[in-house]
Amino acid sequence: MPVTWLIPSILLLALIGYWAGRARALAVAGGDTRALHSLPGHHGGHVALFASAPALALLVVWLLTQPFVINGRVAELIPDSANSATGEGPSAALMMSEVRRVAAGLDLAVREGVITAGQADSPRTGADDMRAWLAGVGVALGGETGPWVLPAAQRYRALSATGHLMMTIAVIALSAAGLAGALRRVRPQFRARDVTERAVKAGLFAAASIAILTTLGIVLSLVFNTIEFLRLYPAVDFFFGLTWAPSFGGGSELGILPLLWGTLSISVIALAVATPIGLFAAVYLSEYATPAIRAFAKPLLEVLAGIPTTVYGLFALQIVGPLLVSAFGEGGVLGVTWMGSGTAAMTAGLVLGVMLIPFISSLSDDIINAVPQTLRDGSLSLGATRSETIRQVVLPAALPGIAGAILLAASRAIGETMIVVLGAGAAARLSLNPFEAMTTITAKIVSQLTGDTDFSSPEALVAFALGMTLFVLTLALNALALYIVRTYREQYE
Amino acid sequence: MYDTPLTEADVSTEDAKILARNVQVHYGTTHAIKDVSVAIGDKAVTAFIGPSGCGKSTFLRCLNRMNDTIDACRVRGTILLDGDDIYHRRVDPVQLRARVGMVFQKPNPFPKSVYDNVAYGPRIHGLANSRADLDRIVEKSLRRAALWEEVKDRLSAPGTGLSGGQQQRLCIARAVATEPEVLLMDEPCSALDPIATAQIEDLIYELRDRFSVVIVTHSMQQAARISQKTAFFHLGHLVEFGETGQIFTNPQDPRTESYITGRIG
Repeated sequence: MPVTWLIPSILLLALIGYWAGRARALAVAGGDTRALHSLPGHHGGHVALFASAPALALLVVWLLTQPFVINGRVAELIPDSANSATGEGPSAALMMSEVRRVAAGLDLAVREGVITAGQADSPRTGADDMRAWLAGVGVALGGETGPWVLPAAQRYRALSATGHLMMTIAVIALSAAGLAGALRRVRPQFRARDVTERAVKAGLFAAASIAILTTLGIVLSLVFNTIEFLRLYPAVDFFFGLTWAPSFGGGSELGILPLLWGTLSISVIALAVATPIGLFAAVYLSEYATPAIRAFAKPLLEVLAGIPTTVYGLFALQIVGPLLVSAFGEGGVLGVTWMGSGTAAMTAGLVLGVMLIPFISSLSDDIINAVPQTLRDGSLSLGATRSETIRQVVLPAALPGIAGAILLAASRAIGETMIVVLGAGAAARLSLNPFEAMTTITAKIVSQLTGDTDFSSPEALVAFALGMTLFVLTLALNALALYIVRTYREQYE
Repeated sequence: MYDTPLTEADVSTEDAKILARNVQVHYGTTHAIKDVSVAIGDKAVTAFIGPSGCGKSTFLRCLNRMNDTIDACRVRGTILLDGDDIYHRRVDPVQLRARVGMVFQKPNPFPKSVYDNVAYGPRIHGLANSRADLDRIVEKSLRRAALWEEVKDRLSAPGTGLSGGQQQRLCIARAVATEPEVLLMDEPCSALDPIATAQIEDLIYELRDRFSVVIVTHSMQQAARISQKTAFFHLGHLVEFGETGQIFTNPQDPRTESYITGRIG
C-alpha cells in the first residue's frame, strides 16, 4: 500500500477509535456521563490518539531509515573497481543514483505493461533487454553501465518492495494495537482528559519548536559556509577590504566595506524619510483623526505595507529616478550635476523610506494609543493645549516604544533587496555623494548566487559570509530594540 | 476633628463662584444630567454625593469643560464662573482650565520627574520668569500639597515612583501650581488606603482657605468630614443641595434620606 493510502488508513482507524472509545466510555458509565472522570469525547480522543500517533511516528522513522538500509545492502553488489578510490571512475554516490534510476525505470516499465514483474526480476534478464525496455518507457541510460547495474537494480527493487510491505503491515498493526490497547483502558476512573490535554500541549510545543529549529538550521548553514569561505579568503581582507570586485576567474577582491557603506547610506536615507512622516501620521491618526477618518485611513496606510517590494522597485526605476535626475542631474532644474543616472542611493533610499512609513506609523499608532487617557486628561485639565499635551506628555511616554518601532524599521531597511537592486544600481563604491549609484549587501548576495554557481569557490561562498554579517547586524538591531522597549517602558496599570 | 461640620452662612447666588443653571448633558442618546442648577461658593468645599452612575462626575467635568474631549457629549444650559458663561463661544477652554484645576480618581503623574510634574502647568502658562522663580513655585505648591518634606531630596526622581498617596498629593501640587481659582476633585481618595486618605482630607480642609473646592465622593463620611455644602445626585437629577450638616442630619427629600441611611445606592 503506498504511503498516500497508508496515512488515510491510519486516520480512518483513528476516527473509528474515536467513536469506539466514546461509545465504550458511555457504555461503561451506564449512559451517565457524570460517573466518568472525563467526558466521552476525551475518551474518544484518547483512543484516536493511540491509534494514530505511534503508527504515524513509526511511519516517519521507517521512511527515513529504509533508504539507508537498502543502500547498504545494494552497495555490496557494486564492485570495488567502480568505487572511485582511484579517483577516476564515477563516485559511489553517482553509482547508487544510477542504480536507483534503473530501478525506477523498471518500476515504470512494469507499470506501463512493457514487461511483467517476473521479467523485471528474472536473473536471466540481460543488460541489452534492460536497455531496450527502459528505452521503451523513455528512460535513457548512460553508455557506461556496468554489468552489475542490473542485478543491483533488481535487488534494490526487491528490497524496496519487501521493506514497503513490512512497513505497511507494521504500521497498520501498530495502529490497530494502539486502538485496542487504548479501548481496553476505558474505565470510568480513567483520566482520559489528562492524556488529551497533554497531547494538545505536545502539539503546540512541536509547532513552536519548528520555528526555532528552522532559525537554528538557517544559522548553522550560514555558519558552516562562512567558515568555509574564511578558510579560502582572508578574513582581514573581507572585513576591511575597500574594494568589491569579484571575478569568477580568480583574483577577486571581496571587501565588504563598500557594500556595508551602501547598505547604511540607503538605510539612513530611508529612515530619515520614514521616521518623521510615519510618526506624524501616527500622531494624526491616534490623536486628531475622528473615528470615521481613522477607520478609513489606517487600513489604507497599511495597504502600503502590502505592496510587493518589486513594485516599489519599478516605481523607483521608472518614476523617482528620472525625477531626481531632472532636479539634480546635468541640465536639471537646480543647475547642479550631482547625479549621473537615475539609479542612485537617493532613489532607492527615498522609495524604501516610503515603504517603511506604514511600519513606523502603524507600530507607533498602537504605542501612542496605549498611553493611558488619564495622562492626557491630566495635561488638558492643567490648561495645556492638545499639541502641548502630545509633545510634552504623550510622546515622551510613548518614546521607548517609538524607538523600538524605528529600530525594527531599520532592520527591515537593511534586509531589503528588490528596491535596492532596481533603484540603487550595482556599483559597489565608497562614495560620499548619495546621488551616485551604490549597492548593498543583500543585492550582492543575490548577484553572487544567480546563475550557474559552483559552491566551492570563494566568489560564491562570500554570499554566505555576507548573509551572516547581515544576520548579525539585524539581530543586534532587533535585540537593541527589544532592550530599549523593555527597559524604558512605563509600567501602566 | 471634623466630625462637626462647619455651618457657614448660605452662599447666595450673587457671591457664588460657579453658578450653574438648567444644565443638561447628553451622551449620545443617554440623558446623563437633567436640569441641574447649583451655586458653588468661593473658599468653601462642596461635596457631590450619590450612587454610581448618577451623573455627579459628569457634572463635575462640565465645570472645566473636560467633557469637550468626548465627542458624543453635548452640554446645554448655562454655567457661570464669576458671572461669565464658560460655554460662550469666545471662551477658550484652555484658558478656562488654567482657572479651574482638576484632580482625578486615579493618581496620574506624568512620566517625568517630581519637579517637572509640578512645573508642567507654570511652564505652559509662562508663570515663572526665571529658574529661581520656578523653583519657588514648585516648592510652594509641594508645601501646599503637604508633600515637600517627603520629596524635597528627590525632586529629580520620577513621579511615577512615588507611593499611591504621594502620587495623588503630587497631582494636587501639580493642580495648585497654576494658581487656579477652583479645584475640582473626582473621587481623589478612592484608590488610596485609609492613611493616605486621611492625609488628602487634611489637605483639602486646608486648601479651602485659598480655593473653591468641589469634590465628588462615594464616602458619605468623607463628605460630612470635609465639606460645607453637599449636593445629592440621583439618576441625573440634583435631588437636594444644602448645608452638609443639614443634609446629613435632616434631609428634606425621602431619596436623600434613603441614600444616606444606606437603603438605596
